[in-house]
Amino acid sequence: MPDEALHLPLINRILALEKDTPGSLLPILHAIQQGAGYIPSIAVPEIAQALNLSKAEVQGVISFYHDFRTTPPAQHILRLCQAESCQSMGSGLLAAQLKERLSLNESGDSADARVSLQTVYCLGACACSPAMEIDGRLHARLTPERLDDLVNRCLEGQAC
Amino acid sequence: MLKLFIPCDSLARAVGADEVATALTREAQLRGLPLELQRTSSRGLYWLEPMLEVESANGRLGFGPVTCADVPSLLDALTAGSNEHPRALGLVEDIAYLKSQQRLLFARAGITRPLSLDDYLAHAGFKGLEQSIKMDGADVVAAVLDSGLRGRGGAAFPAGIKWRTVRDAQAVQKYIVCNADEGDSGTFADRMLMEGDPFLLIEGMTIAGLAVGASKGYIYVRSEYPDAINTLNNALEIARQAGYLGTDICASAQPFDIEVRVGAGAYICGEETALLESLEGKRGTVRPKPPLPALEGLFGLPTLVHNVLTLTSVPVIMARGAQYYRDFGMGRSLGTMPFQLAGNVRYGGLVERAFGLSLRELIEGYGGGTASGLPLKAAQVGGPLGAWIPPAHFDTPLDYEALAGIGAMLGHGGVVVADESLNMAQMARFALQFCAEESCGKCTPCRIGSTRGVEVVERLIASTAPAAREEQAQLLWDLCDTLQYGSLCALGGMTSYPVSSALKHFPADFGMATTEATQ
Repeated sequence: MPDEALHLPLINRILALEKDTPGSLLPILHAIQQGAGYIPSIAVPEIAQALNLSKAEVQGVISFYHDFRTTPPAQHILRLCQAESCQSMGSGLLAAQLKERLSLNESGDSADARVSLQTVYCLGACACSPAMEIDGRLHARLTPERLDDLVNRCLEGQAC
Repeated sequence: MLKLFIPCDSLARAVGADEVATALTREAQLRGLPLELQRTSSRGLYWLEPMLEVESANGRLGFGPVTCADVPSLLDALTAGSNEHPRALGLVEDIAYLKSQQRLLFARAGITRPLSLDDYLAHAGFKGLEQSIKMDGADVVAAVLDSGLRGRGGAAFPAGIKWRTVRDAQAVQKYIVCNADEGDSGTFADRMLMEGDPFLLIEGMTIAGLAVGASKGYIYVRSEYPDAINTLNNALEIARQAGYLGTDICASAQPFDIEVRVGAGAYICGEETALLESLEGKRGTVRPKPPLPALEGLFGLPTLVHNVLTLTSVPVIMARGAQYYRDFGMGRSLGTMPFQLAGNVRYGGLVERAFGLSLRELIEGYGGGTASGLPLKAAQVGGPLGAWIPPAHFDTPLDYEALAGIGAMLGHGGVVVADESLNMAQMARFALQFCAEESCGKCTPCRIGSTRGVEVVERLIASTAPAAREEQAQLLWDLCDTLQYGSLCALGGMTSYPVSSALKHFPADFGMATTEATQ
């Protein structure tokens, strides 16, 4: 586990900037996650103090939203859409393909923390389903072959 | 010099628009060919993306879907002054899919560059705002009321009544909140507008702000739309610089400004009260109504909450008049609606038409049937909380009341097409599973009923004896009833739609005997 205190300067900088903005908790959490890669537990009391909230309230917000992570992210994040439109075009098979090929566990993570497969519901690409986001970049009209190719390129460190 | 256009829309990019643009520039450089390449919004003819358009004396010529491998032969043809190419589509405006549409909100789609204020102004941009500024706020509200515009997010509440309520409320501060948490599967119209025509949303919100006396607006965009977030933020800055936002809108001495807020992956935040909670920095739990957000909304103050499509309908109403707008549509569903064709459909894309065309015209006419070529089984209209409609009902006109009449709803206008390989019992299970995952937990039917529902569907599918099946099916009907009438908001309330419609129209998928009600 990395030393979370390393993230304190970032957290305090963000809090100083945002704490007086009305309803700023989500923007603060987004900024911390963007800077640190996740929301370190050390951030919770700092945010609570700055926004005059209880730690439970801050924790409650973090755990409510799917986007916020409380552990460091995997090196590559694959977000595969499993909403109705993509399901109707075979996204379930693509998920199975990825799980097998990358030896992912039940929660979609690889043992070496290199890849994490997450399920999302709609990326707004429904006219060209199925769709997936790889490290922030959207890809649509996926086929098993194209998916394999994209994942290979991603793992080989090429632009994907 | 060749003048080319390729969309910068995120879905066009997801199928290779950036690569084609780069290949074109590189190949032209190699050939010493002067070229102007503009990145525009998308026409929404997504099966043709990446679509290249080329300026010609008669209008823009289209080519698509273009791959990088097509680039050399395309440039060969274009430099030879010929339009002959395997990817040639002819004049874009003459493509039947586009030509037959009635594009009011999407009038600029595929034509202008999203962040070019000049392009926006050259295509009737800010005409609605100019008109509104000359009018009294009460008259603007009256025009919106007269236009017949109803909330496009799904609830279809008359917009003008909301505007009047907020305008009449007395408060030191009021807000305009744009609900851009477009989470429904099968919908992408909000995304297209935010990425492709951001000034239109700014204009709509500004008109609303001035009319109801709100000086601050928020656009709550889902985090799954990074391109829309960037485009909006850039557009807001450009609009501020040009005096369309700030302390003195178009020299009217009235203030209005907008801030973009990013969601965090919670579907429930598309529900207006959960969205307000989220904007306040809280968990996105649903608030009981009343009080109405129009009176006690964001931070407890009067707030006009509207979907992107509602707010972007306003500029055209103000620029061309309420009568012009209400001449489109039928019955109590007036104006145009951007329908979105998605899923297992041959020609997926955006179809903006006046209310009243039939589902069949939309799915078979525009959509061209299934992408797989297998027989069409059903279409889910209105997102994950919408009913699965079998082809027997496809002659129903797309109109709020007509759809309600067959136990369905239009929602945000998304249509997901499915072929016969999709198992409807699994889709019913999925709808309940989705509800369990996304429930805010505030009310019992949704929080617990969804999980129990998944279990009931699983038992139903696993049952072997007809009596046991019948018992589970009855339980499922009861549960749908409890969800529909006992939930606090539409998430729980309407999760019953995909479940009960699947059970009603496709009992065989649940292992039940097919009844007369089917097909």
